Amino acid sequence: MTFARGNRVIFDQVNMDIPRGRITAIMGPSGTGKTTLLKLIGGQLAPEAGRIDVDGQDVHALDRAGLFALRKRMGMLFQSGALLTDLNVFENVAFPLREHTALPEPIVRQLVLLRLESVGLRSARDLMPSELSGGMARRVALARALVLDPMMILYDEPFTGQDPISMGVLVKLIRSVNDALGLTSIVVSHDVPETLSIADYAYVIADGAVVGRGTPEELRASESPWIRQFVRALPDGPVPFHYPGPDYAEELFGIEEGGAPHGSA
Amino acid sequence: MGLLDPVAGLGRSGIGFFQRLGRAHLFLLGVSRGLGEALRRFRLTVQQIHSVGVLTFVITVVAGLFVGMVLGLQGYYTLVDFGAEESLGVLVALSLVRELGPVVAALLFAGRAGSALTAEIGLMKATEQLSALEMMAVDPFRRVLAPRLFAGVLSMPLLAALFSAVGVAGGYFVANGLLGVDAGAFWSQMQSSVDFFDDVMNGVIKSLVFGTVVTWIALFEGYDCVPTSEGVGRATTRTVVHASLAVLGLDFVLTALMFGN
Repeated sequence: MTFARGNRVIFDQVNMDIPRGRITAIMGPSGTGKTTLLKLIGGQLAPEAGRIDVDGQDVHALDRAGLFALRKRMGMLFQSGALLTDLNVFENVAFPLREHTALPEPIVRQLVLLRLESVGLRSARDLMPSELSGGMARRVALARALVLDPMMILYDEPFTGQDPISMGVLVKLIRSVNDALGLTSIVVSHDVPETLSIADYAYVIADGAVVGRGTPEELRASESPWIRQFVRALPDGPVPFHYPGPDYAEELFGIEEGGAPHGSA
Repeated sequence: MGLLDPVAGLGRSGIGFFQRLGRAHLFLLGVSRGLGEALRRFRLTVQQIHSVGVLTFVITVVAGLFVGMVLGLQGYYTLVDFGAEESLGVLVALSLVRELGPVVAALLFAGRAGSALTAEIGLMKATEQLSALEMMAVDPFRRVLAPRLFAGVLSMPLLAALFSAVGVAGGYFVANGLLGVDAGAFWSQMQSSVDFFDDVMNGVIKSLVFGTVVTWIALFEGYDCVPTSEGVGRATTRTVVHASLAVLGLDFVLTALMFGN
């Protein structure tokens, strides 16, 4: 699959397989297009070339009704949670049920409470999104993404900006929800230790291409300098610490254009 | 090269303007397709009418009252020179139902409800709520935007009518209470001179047009904004400026069409 924004190529003939029933991590530095990849999978963006199949269906060959039918079987957890700010926690989780089903109110209530209980927020059902912490908002969003029993769930940077406790809760939830419901999960993140701790398989992308792939153990043991720098969070390596520019010594003590060195009389 | 820069800049802004105009029309088409659903699920529209109505109700009443009172005063001082102060009711009522009711109510609506709509939609975009709706297989055009457009179109004539009614009451208070104009003459001349179709219905048509345009601009600016806090702020300002100018420009066109020979 190839995708570009204007003249800038974001993905250049990228090829990935996401195994069913597993947690697949997609990692890479900021700005490599990880969120864009999720939007491509969800059909919010279309590739320039190539195709994206989800459950045997070419996402971008579907008409709008077909795409919406597919999306009902996909959940997506946005980085900010993206809860509807004018609805309380209960109504946010009930929202997909009310939009897509005609279930009677007692069943809606049971399903919502069931999902809220699984993310530990049953008693927070009357709170408004503005009253939730970032971690709680993501858990509510997870409950909302799960309420229609999707086959697949996409996580966009689920750990970013979380305190250690919230992060631990989310790590545990992503793993347990995947195993309990038999989901296919795609976790996009640059939080390496947390992501590798729950992933069954991982891809590392940079500069529009897949630069590494394998199980977490294989990635940790990788000899590739790039993968080693990324997985071990080293400040310098193939991705340089310094922004590219002229030589430091030359710039510090260099000769001014057509004149004497700096500081000379 | 440098010599042609201003020409190139002019060309770029021209292309940008027409691209944006095109997007705005496609946006209106998209929202219009959702109006059927806004009708079927009228509860969503009622919620929005309540929302924009509550936002604009108080300022409409207060502004209507003062505008009517000022009309009463100014009209009286002009008419009394000709001994025609008993026609004050006609002057106040025609000014309000033909022009000031629809126009000033629309300007207030643009400033209060229009800016709030832009900020709301812009923030929904910035906080990924619109994307989340898409990913939940819910069309934001049908679920979020169409009920708001419908609510704006329906609210505007109600607000304009309220503005005119309060304005007439304000004018009467000044005329009869402060300046001693005869109440019977005030009301009877008004009743005989204000025509339901030529005056009141034309005012209603104006406010329907203004309601559509102001809400369209407000929703489009929110939907098309740069999804940052600065982008939402700029979009809100643009809504008030563009919607106000559109109302005043369209008022001239509509008045020429309705009342010209």
